[in-house]
Amino acid sequence: MTGDEIWGVVKILLKYLLPTLKIFGFTLLYSVPLGMIVALLKMCRFKPIKWLTSLYILIMRGTPLMLQVIVAYFAVPMLKRSEAMPSLLHKLLEAVNIQADSYLFNTVLVAFVLNYAAYFAEIFRGGIESIPKGQYEAAAALGFSKRQTFFRIILPQVIKRVVPASSNEVITLVKDTSLANVVAYAEITMKARQQMQNFSSLTPLFIAGAFYFVLATVLTVIFSFIEKKLDYYK
Amino acid sequence: MASMLEVKNLSKNFDDLSVLKDISFSVNKGDVIAVIGPSGSGKSTLLRCINQLEKASGGEVLVCGKTMFSTDENGKVVYAPAADLREIRLKIGLVFQNFNLFPHFSVLRNITEAPVRVLKKSREEATETARGLLKKMGLESKENAYPCELSGGQQQRVSIARAMALSPEILFFDEPTSALDPELTGEILKVIRQLAADGMTMVIVTHEMEFARDVADRVIFMEHGVIVEEGAPQQLFGAQASERTKQFLQRFNSGKEPQD
Ligand SMILES: Nc1ncnc2c1ncn2[C@@H]1O[C@H](COP(=O)(O)OP(=O)(O)OP(=O)(O)O)[C@@H](O)[C@H]1O
Ligand SMILES: [Mg+2]
Repeated sequence: MTGDEIWGVVKILLKYLLPTLKIFGFTLLYSVPLGMIVALLKMCRFKPIKWLTSLYILIMRGTPLMLQVIVAYFAVPMLKRSEAMPSLLHKLLEAVNIQADSYLFNTVLVAFVLNYAAYFAEIFRGGIESIPKGQYEAAAALGFSKRQTFFRIILPQVIKRVVPASSNEVITLVKDTSLANVVAYAEITMKARQQMQNFSSLTPLFIAGAFYFVLATVLTVIFSFIEKKLDYYK
Repeated sequence: MASMLEVKNLSKNFDDLSVLKDISFSVNKGDVIAVIGPSGSGKSTLLRCINQLEKASGGEVLVCGKTMFSTDENGKVVYAPAADLREIRLKIGLVFQNFNLFPHFSVLRNITEAPVRVLKKSREEATETARGLLKKMGLESKENAYPCELSGGQQQRVSIARAMALSPEILFFDEPTSALDPELTGEILKVIRQLAADGMTMVIVTHEMEFARDVADRVIFMEHGVIVEEGAPQQLFGAQASERTKQFLQRFNSGKEPQD
């Protein structure tokens, strides 16, 4: 490939950086709070909720994300066609327009959020459970409410403890966005593959690789900065 | 003399295990009470029941004349409404064996957080109080340090200041020196002595017999969840003490703590 051709590919991939970052950003935006909720549900003392949550986490972590993306994409059209559906569900599904531009993005996002929430939930649960009982007791003895105890005493300590594990997840996520190409969501990897075929050259793939590498490196730097910031105690 | 704490027939079971049986005693204003006894005798559980960290199984507790809980004719323990319980809880400060300071807060913030969030004091006022307490604890230079930067003895002094910042009527100590190296226990005992001299009402669970004899107005000896003997230190540490108390002290003094 000539220099101009390479520059052309870089420009195309730069354009598709946005869809990649959109998945990355929105997945984080939703899966982190959802993960927190799932973690709390898993620690719920009401057993059925605990079991259901565990099952959800087990399935999400025990099956490939790529498969989950495919399922999310085909679930609605398949269910719409199915005769054995309760009418209520049919009505609900009718509201979903699978022709809409946003449909593809939304299905990919649903799969990513559900998957990543499960991973974050396990990290957060580990973090919450690692806080010694004495912290809760000291807070109670000082008259803090349950809410104050969680948000002011426990959560800040949990955050510090979960940052290293979370940073791994976040860096994995930036690379996992490439899985969205399995349902023809136009992002960097898919475009790089097209360009590879256009030019009969591996170079576009290497360029795509460089994109991910830069993103992952930037995230690594950001997280090591955060870890340093949180290093003011213990 | 005003009764600060009244414990009547308090009992506590963990499932089948009966840990406290029919415990009764009272604490008057300015009293310093030492609670001694072998490991597992229920000393911590006693403090924890009065501090609402454990639910009692029976009996009655009054703090400053307010009923915290009582037992109805069916033997069911009835606690006061939540708002009253909160108020009662603030009357009793608790100092833990292993400090339980909040590691993510500076020394100053450890002390001011509860007054600000719980008592809704202004941060300026809370800070002023905290500085006064730190001075008393000999830690005025440490207000910006984090707990992990302090020695065990310093951490325990911060935790005493933290409890004092809520101006409790009574201060409970659960083995405040047991997690400390022997050379650091002295600084904590000194602080407690100072508090006693200031007239603070205190209940101190301790294995420091010398200290208990010195500082306490009354000593309670517990074993197997009951109060075996209660009286002035001269009595419990003297020749007229009951056989059980003497045995315990003898074994204790011979170096190893009796493991029940
Ligand atoms: N949460 C709990 N669940 C079950 N049993 C408990 C619990 N807490 C304490 N116990 C039991 O209650 C008994 C009294 O314990 P407690 O901690 O009050 O003793 P202690 O006198 O403070 O002993 P030590 O001097 O070792 O601190 C022990 O047999 C202990 O095993
Ligand atoms: Mg104890």
